[in-house]
Amino acid sequence: MIVYLLTLALFCVGIYCVVRKRNVIKLIIGVIIIEYAVNLFFILTAYRVEGRAPIFSKTQDVANMVDPLPHALVLTAIVIGLATTALLVGIAMRIYEKYGTFDITKIRELRG
Amino acid sequence: MSHEHGKGMSLIVKTITRLTVGAIFLYGMYIVLHGHLTPGGGFAGGVIIALSFIHLMLAYGKEAAFKKLSRSAASVWESTGAIMFLTISLLGLTGGYFFLNFLHKGEPFHLFSAGIIPLCNIAISFKVGAGIFAIFVALVLVKFDTGKK
Amino acid sequence: MVELLILMVLMIIGAIIAVELKDLLSSVIAVGAVGLALSIVFLQLKAPDVAITQLVVEILALIILIRATLKKDLPFSTTGRWLLNTVITICFIAIFFLVALRCFKDLPEFGYPIMRVSKTYIQEGLSRTGATNLVGSVILDFRAYDTLGEATILFTAVIGVLAVVRRIGRKKVGEKVEEEE
Repeated sequence: MIVYLLTLALFCVGIYCVVRKRNVIKLIIGVIIIEYAVNLFFILTAYRVEGRAPIFSKTQDVANMVDPLPHALVLTAIVIGLATTALLVGIAMRIYEKYGTFDITKIRELRG
Repeated sequence: MSHEHGKGMSLIVKTITRLTVGAIFLYGMYIVLHGHLTPGGGFAGGVIIALSFIHLMLAYGKEAAFKKLSRSAASVWESTGAIMFLTISLLGLTGGYFFLNFLHKGEPFHLFSAGIIPLCNIAISFKVGAGIFAIFVALVLVKFDTGKK
Repeated sequence: MVELLILMVLMIIGAIIAVELKDLLSSVIAVGAVGLALSIVFLQLKAPDVAITQLVVEILALIILIRATLKKDLPFSTTGRWLLNTVITICFIAIFFLVALRCFKDLPEFGYPIMRVSKTYIQEGLSRTGATNLVGSVILDFRAYDTLGEATILFTAVIGVLAVVRRIGRKKVGEKVEEEE
């Protein structure tokens, strides 16, 4: 149970960064930390005590495997997170080109 | 830092890149081809293949990387991967349902086993590798003039 | 599970450092350290596929982020009402934390998952698909629709990045997007 609480704490650090920070790059860092926390939570629900990795072996009889279904979901989610990060960085570069700054309060004031 | 992309980095970096970039590409192909036997699969292998081209671009400048994989070639590879994946899945329709595993299953632990899974892994690796390389080229090689409008 | 707890505490400390540093390059490197510790945590939880993918994807995200932040400066200014904003944020996060704690009571205990669907995958996976890597057989045979959706998302991301970066609007005669020499 305490591992779930630590994952929730990591998620809360990410949310604090997204809500409070003023620089666009810090917002991107906050979104990345949120994605890490969510992926970690999925893999934590799949763990089995004294479990083995879900791969068959020729020499041993692997009997006690962890749950392979959340592994498949998280594999997809990690690559989608990379696509999201790339798009966010592209938008951040456009913002810097148009306004000359990364500060979101200044972006509100200027009318382009 | 703009001279970094023009002439490349220092001599030590260039020598190490020349020695390792082929090994990285080969390692990526190994992870893709053995995706049904060992951990890995199409996504991790595709990203490693893209990383080898990015390594070449960071160390030598963009001309050397474009000689190996130009922008139009990356677009063709990505579309080829997507079309291959869809064709394999639609061919399953002839047997019964979408994504039916119709090839011979083979024996476990052999390289040619598990039906359509190795072919799907190869198609996914084309798509992911070329797509990630195209994203990197688009983000890194464009210069904006930073004046306010 | 002591290593798991130590690694997670290190991840939280690294995330707090990444959020609070003023220098952009240092905070990006701190996020890289958090991702590396996450990959080791995945290995501890017996998930080798996910660990390989997380490691290489995090390296790629680091490269893209560093390229975007290197030439730009960091204008740092705090306008008024700093204390009120921080107090409101911390109250919101505390309420969210307490509500989530109530929800966590319904989760099965850590280490004893309810594997209703996965029992079928583990028992019949090798005979129905012939692949010994069960996660590979799940993403490419049992749940291949999700992989098709993810291929579509990657395609859309490439088109989206090219559309965002391209110069829009009216072009003057002879003007095009310059490339670095």
